[in-house]
Amino acid sequence: MNTVNRWKRYADWDERPLRLDRFAAEDAVNGFSAFASPADPKPGIGIAHGRVISMDGVLERDFDMIDRFIARHHIDVAVAEEAMALDSAQVARMLVDMNVPREDLVRLAHGMTPAKLAQCVSHLNALEIAFAYSKMRARKTPGNQAHVTNAKDDPLQLAADAATAVAFGFDEIETTMRVSRNAWSNALACAVGGAVGRWGTLFQCSSEEAEELRIGMAGFSSYAETVSVYGTEKTFVDGDDTPWSKAFLAAAYASRGIKMRCTSGAGAELLMGFHEAKSLLYLEARCLCLQRGMGVQGTQNGGIDGAPLTSTVPGGFRELMAENLIAVWLDLECASGNDARATESEIRVGAKIMPYLVAGSDLICSGFGSILKYDNSFNPSLLNGEELEDYLVLQRDFEADGGLTPLPEEKALDIRRRAIDAVSAVFEELGLSSPSEAMKQSVTVASGSDDTQSYTPRDVAFISEAIKDKGITVIHVIRALAKRGFREEAENLLNLVKLRLSGDYLQTSAMIRNGHIVSAVNDPNDYLGPGSGYRVSPERRQEIVTIRDVLDQKEVLRSEAMHEREEGTRIRYRAAGEAEPSADPQDVVIGISPAFGLKLFQTTAGHRLSDVLRTLVEAIRARGLSPRVVRFRHTADTSFLGLSAARLAGSGIGIGIQAKGTAVIHQRDRLPHNNLELFSNAPITQLVHYRGLGANAAAYALGEMPEPIVVPQRGEAMGSRYHARVAMIFAIETGMTEEGAAPELVDVTFTGGKP
Amino acid sequence: MTRSRKDYPLAETQPDAVTGPRGKRLSEITLDAVLDGSVSMEDLRITPEALRAQGEIARDAGRPTLAQNFQRAAELVNVPQDVIMEVYELLRPGRAKSKAQLLAAAERLRVEYGASGIADFIREAAETYEARGLFTFRF
Repeated sequence: MNTVNRWKRYADWDERPLRLDRFAAEDAVNGFSAFASPADPKPGIGIAHGRVISMDGVLERDFDMIDRFIARHHIDVAVAEEAMALDSAQVARMLVDMNVPREDLVRLAHGMTPAKLAQCVSHLNALEIAFAYSKMRARKTPGNQAHVTNAKDDPLQLAADAATAVAFGFDEIETTMRVSRNAWSNALACAVGGAVGRWGTLFQCSSEEAEELRIGMAGFSSYAETVSVYGTEKTFVDGDDTPWSKAFLAAAYASRGIKMRCTSGAGAELLMGFHEAKSLLYLEARCLCLQRGMGVQGTQNGGIDGAPLTSTVPGGFRELMAENLIAVWLDLECASGNDARATESEIRVGAKIMPYLVAGSDLICSGFGSILKYDNSFNPSLLNGEELEDYLVLQRDFEADGGLTPLPEEKALDIRRRAIDAVSAVFEELGLSSPSEAMKQSVTVASGSDDTQSYTPRDVAFISEAIKDKGITVIHVIRALAKRGFREEAENLLNLVKLRLSGDYLQTSAMIRNGHIVSAVNDPNDYLGPGSGYRVSPERRQEIVTIRDVLDQKEVLRSEAMHEREEGTRIRYRAAGEAEPSADPQDVVIGISPAFGLKLFQTTAGHRLSDVLRTLVEAIRARGLSPRVVRFRHTADTSFLGLSAARLAGSGIGIGIQAKGTAVIHQRDRLPHNNLELFSNAPITQLVHYRGLGANAAAYALGEMPEPIVVPQRGEAMGSRYHARVAMIFAIETGMTEEGAAPELVDVTFTGGKP
Repeated sequence: MTRSRKDYPLAETQPDAVTGPRGKRLSEITLDAVLDGSVSMEDLRITPEALRAQGEIARDAGRPTLAQNFQRAAELVNVPQDVIMEVYELLRPGRAKSKAQLLAAAERLRVEYGASGIADFIREAAETYEARGLFTFRF
């Protein structure tokens, strides 16, 4: 729509990615309400003879299966009456009170009903929720999880991308398939790739429940998290499970020594059509109480597949944070969502991740798309391979540990190739396939599967079914690796499977760091105010800040030195004694800065200073005036350079120009910062603008009123692009200033070709 | 001996007490042992003892429900995979057509595998399914 009766700004806004997001009206009756609905029950509990006889306004005989499970397995009757009697606003204040220890609040949560938990966190604003989350999360050290998938189910790429994810520091990697038959191939490839470089990255292969458990039993995967629970009975049944069947599965996973967490998130019940007109948060509180009751160590929570829907309602992002807070308050490990891409707006993406980045989380994303968006078989994540560097920089900006470490470019290829060679060796040893060198090479350098000439999903199906049919286990893979010289990878993989024996990693919030278990048991969050809880150590800070391609003064000087020799062939500056004021009305002074042409040789736009100076000189001469070049050393400031030049000039008009190209036209009787024309955006100032600058200076000297030169900018973030360099360059200028230094006349000879 | 948080992680504090189902100690499970065939997949399974120990640690860390899950898991260690999948399937909505079917499965686990905690858990499910009409045919 673009009619004359429309403010065109709306048309501009229509074109922004944000407008691809579709927002929903708040409508509690139809389930579209984040925090509160008239249908939400008031918190309450009745206990008789050590038994819950009513909960959140429902009598025991009317309990649905979720109420029954929560009443029997979550509610601690020894705490319930005390906890439920507390004023919810008071509890909310305790959540953000750094003097109230985490364990006191966890104890109270054991006696709270879903409605009570939801009511308490509803009192908190977004900042308070983030703070409370930081205080209440179970494990002290934050971590992160990656998605590793691709559009072809190509095992070579899975191995390479798994190894890359490990190198970036992800604590867990999760794969899934385009074609469900390919599960075994995906599992083997990621297990091998994930063993490159170090050991301890936990791995899961998200597939059909029974198949996933079988893959786990074959030793390929080390955890599972797709055991979903729901907040209404009908949704649960449509999900083809009950709290008891899921709790049974949880015990089954533990009995196989495999770590497990459940999944739940706001919006699932709404998407599946049975929301009972309850708010998103209340339903999610039910899910979380269920999970604690089931005895799972943790949850993948925070919208998850329902996050995009939750993000359509007012307060949606805040709700996702609030449900994560309930999860950690219930003492569950929290893989805190930030996975399904809830928006097309990069600003909303950045805003969504920020509270988690600064608060920390057991697994900030569940997971982060370590691959490109189109390769993500779960659907794009909030953050993806495209944006991974942005995230690394956010860590650096806020000195916050988001769980990742920059990977130097020169290491990436070696790691990828090693993983590809390792999985190829396993394929060959086990008679599964023999990938060609061309396939391997294409995958090594590929950013995504569009770039590869490798396996197709059909090829993979044969490999995958062979792995399954031959009964190949991780033991066969370990032997194959060792036999083919991948001993380190074989050891790494064995170490991961050995975790099963002790079951240490089945405890809450367990991950592996530097070969050791780190969990809520031996690394409990002990936040009690500044100086406590998780702090980025000096060593860890060094890892975080070491992003690629940073500028330092050495680099600036190196770059200038490259230009010095060339400028030597194009221009000669000869000092010709102290510059005196002139009375000649044709005299226009060009005041150059201390380092101009001596230590610095190009403007920030990349123009040679010889070209710039020659352009100015010729433009002044073209009006029949006499330009005089004077070097000032008492100042490096553009305004003062210009004013000082104007005061020496017989015409009263002077130009001030710094080596970086910032320039000004000044007049003798004006105040320093009240110039005639300023050329402040040196990075976009072209020779044509300098020509106009010279011509206008001449015109002022002739008493004319020229059209000021406007250097057009298109809103570039000039400061972000140039200011680091500018500040380093300017320090070189100011380093050469000398208080009270006299102006110096410079004879300039141009010895090169015309610019 | 009841374990506590101080014993955690077991693999580091008591490596020799951690063994596989055939008695292989952690320190014996090396790459060379895998290569010479003396360690197989069977040696990489968790034992009921390890799960009970983790249950004690979880309880000491203030996580009684997690401890109960480990207790149930300990009972399932020696239950064969196909039986586990059978019981899981039966616990899904509409699979069992009657309370009796679930109760029979519970008794089987109690009698054949000594899984009395799991059996009680399944009985509890059966009561709930009956009360909530979950024995209805679904597909």
